[in-house]
Amino acid sequence: MPPIKLTLNGKPWSVDADPDMPLLWAVREIAGKTGSKFGCGAAQCGACTMHVDGQPVRSCSTPIGSIAGSKVTTIEGLEGKVAKAVQDAWVKLDVVQCGYCQSGQIMSAVALLTDTPKPTDQDIDSAMSGNLCRCSTYVRIRAAIHEAAKALEI
Amino acid sequence: MPDGHMTETNRRRFLQVTGGAGVGLMVGFTWTATGRRALAAPAEAGKAFEPNAFVKVAPDSTVTVLIKHLEMGQGVYTGLTAIVAEEMDADWAQMKAEAAPANAKLYNNSAFGPIQGTGGSTSTYNSWTQLRQAGATARALLVAAAAQTWGVPASEITVSKGVVSSGKHSAKFGELAAKAATLPVPADVPLKDPKDFTLIGTHLPRKDSVEKSTGKAVFAIDVAQPNMLVAVVRRPPKFGAKAQTVDAKAAKAVKGVVEVVEIPRGVAVVATSYWAAHQGREALKVTWDESAAEKRGTDAIIKDYKALLSTPGEQVTKEGDVDAVKAAKVVKAEFSFPYLAHAPMEPLTCVVKLGKDGCEIWAGDQFQTVDQMNAAQAAGLKPEQITINTVYAGGSFGRRANLESDYIVEGVTIAKALSDAKVQGGKLAGSPVKLIWSREDDIRGGRYRPIYVHGMEAKLGADGALLAWKHRIVGQSIMAGSMFEQKGKPDNTSVEGAAEIPYDIPNRLVDLHTTTSPVPVLWWRSVGSTHTSFAVESFIDELAVEAKQDPVAFRRTLMEKHPRHLAVLNLAVEKAGWGKPLPKGWARGVAVAESFRSVVAHVAEVSQDDKGRLKVERVVCAVDCGIAVTPDVVKAQMEGGIGYGLGAVLFGAITMTDGTVDQSNFDTYRCLRIDEMPKVEVHIVPSANPPTGVGEPGVPPLGPAVANAIAALTGKRIRDLPFTGTVSV
Ligand code: FES
Ligand code: FES
Repeated sequence: MPPIKLTLNGKPWSVDADPDMPLLWAVREIAGKTGSKFGCGAAQCGACTMHVDGQPVRSCSTPIGSIAGSKVTTIEGLEGKVAKAVQDAWVKLDVVQCGYCQSGQIMSAVALLTDTPKPTDQDIDSAMSGNLCRCSTYVRIRAAIHEAAKALEI
Repeated sequence: MPDGHMTETNRRRFLQVTGGAGVGLMVGFTWTATGRRALAAPAEAGKAFEPNAFVKVAPDSTVTVLIKHLEMGQGVYTGLTAIVAEEMDADWAQMKAEAAPANAKLYNNSAFGPIQGTGGSTSTYNSWTQLRQAGATARALLVAAAAQTWGVPASEITVSKGVVSSGKHSAKFGELAAKAATLPVPADVPLKDPKDFTLIGTHLPRKDSVEKSTGKAVFAIDVAQPNMLVAVVRRPPKFGAKAQTVDAKAAKAVKGVVEVVEIPRGVAVVATSYWAAHQGREALKVTWDESAAEKRGTDAIIKDYKALLSTPGEQVTKEGDVDAVKAAKVVKAEFSFPYLAHAPMEPLTCVVKLGKDGCEIWAGDQFQTVDQMNAAQAAGLKPEQITINTVYAGGSFGRRANLESDYIVEGVTIAKALSDAKVQGGKLAGSPVKLIWSREDDIRGGRYRPIYVHGMEAKLGADGALLAWKHRIVGQSIMAGSMFEQKGKPDNTSVEGAAEIPYDIPNRLVDLHTTTSPVPVLWWRSVGSTHTSFAVESFIDELAVEAKQDPVAFRRTLMEKHPRHLAVLNLAVEKAGWGKPLPKGWARGVAVAESFRSVVAHVAEVSQDDKGRLKVERVVCAVDCGIAVTPDVVKAQMEGGIGYGLGAVLFGAITMTDGTVDQSNFDTYRCLRIDEMPKVEVHIVPSANPPTGVGEPGVPPLGPAVANAIAALTGKRIRDLPFTGTVSV
């Protein structure tokens, strides 16, 4: 089997893996980037959220073979002003508790604000309801997204 | 329990290790031994200062606090660090938190006795005086070092924001560290008067926010070791079953699968990656001996429990004579509570590296001393040969602390099986093994909040006075068979929140039927109060309505002799605007509960749409947790407790059909999502008392506050949890 070629966090990435292997495990165990988390393996929790060609995807349920040629971004490769605004807001409001879901939350929030710079509570609910947080940091996630949106206006 | 070897030798070894080059000053915590030098190593310029087992001062003035408790989201890295910073008069920016090693002699939880572990919302409570003393002692040594260096009396030296000064002299902690390390550790250093606190009680940024907002925080699942293997375990489909035959041929044929080994808790597939291990497990064929297994479904278990409600149980509380009371009105209610999984966001994971003379473990370890003992037994080593590296835990809610150390022992038994010379000629011996539970393993893996059934009966006088209260509880004991069991006594975790209530009722009887089942059960965020508070606070609310009184007024009368509870209730209802008009289709409900030495009251506002669907719109919370060390963390814990409790009462349930768990992942074990999270307002009662729990106490009153609001709105009393069985949410 020829290696699968992609871009990971801006760098070319050639993976020698079973095409059925989920992107999450290829990134965590082959590329050694562990910021994206395993929470359910079934597209139910969002802890594994990455951007594939700019779109948020559940990497636990994305076979690596299905996205050959794509640009993959993980929390480690996040950059740009939206990402900065989101991460700054997360720190400012101390959103995190255990932190395990938060890479995924941030990836979803960055995707939301990239598409919808001034989200309403409803926009937030629909963009973020695929991301579970067992610590229930939801009140602060919502506040931090509004905070980041405000910072981006300036 | 760790044996005596762990005491002095290990402590000294620990001091030597941590007092290595460039580290600083660190002194053993037993500073009753006055006159002992602060550090055995010679003091040299540029060395750090470690005045006790909790504090290290580096030459660059970074102060590191060794945290003996697991950081699982509850904020101990921030709160415990703040206590030390306060007494040292340090600057918050110079403070750092680091996990303490597993060492019960130095780092036991005094609320548990000689055991290092985290739980029962005790972290701040049991660390309060200990860490104040640690900080104050460190400060005294730095001041003494400055006094000697500058030739001024200690009384003329002040410390503020990490700067020690006197007249024209001033120095940062790091500059004084080497000198301080040579000085005798003083005993009985006075602590600050709480009114002089400058950090405690203020807003302090969390110490783990940046790491956890950038993907850099390391959890057990992220730990990597050279040549590490990954294992998953096939466990029995019914609790109490055992593997009978194992056909590993197809599993071993999966690319990347290295070995299949049987362990007492199931069959492990060991591979070079999680994906290979997972596929190997899918291909594994196992038959099970189910002769000792639980084969009842949960409906049958609840029916069996309900049958017990008609017979007296073991007496827990008896005041007056309930049966002798003549009542104008008798009110009865039965409640049932399902099994609940904790479902922490990070499934159970550990990394185990087993050698001949020692075993190293990485885990979000919640019960270090117990885990050392169980790991030692599984490995055939002594507890002091087990090194535990405690890393961040992706939540726990009680799950990672269990008396059998289930996931740790699985990891160790797999590593042990691989080290057998008969397995591939012993060539896998010593390979680090990462055990990962899948979400399905977690949901189906047991150690649930037990099923409970409650029977309540109250007698009201003609004037509506509450004259008698009977409360019968049926359920499995969490402590039975464990080292925490108190033989001959009812299990307190089954009755806490019911045995003592903040209501004065002249005749009261509480009794308990303790049941047994092969289904393993465990404490779940707020333990007994998850069900007792629901029953008590729902029933009291119902009695208020029966007595034709406002639920708050009814509680206030009964609570007269409990000023702390009353103050919390009053604050919550005042802030919530109790009695003020709400939009049409909305209603309020209230509940108050004491747990883990704290008191919390919630007022919930619930709305119903035209399709009859209910939504929790807002929760106003009041909490008395003594001194709120880091109020924003307290707030976060209340928010978290509200969300965690709400998901559980609305739709949380583990059910079984003929002994097999019906749920498997978040699609079937539904948890609260952002669109279901209410607005939350938290108010903290000002207090000068020592800190009490905050991780759990937000949970107990949430369910009944919401149920009471639903009853006010719809007239429906919810008796059987979760709510989805009764109403649409
Ligand atoms: S791990 Fe991918 S959605 Fe849960
Ligand atoms: S912060 Fe713990 S799961 Fe979200």
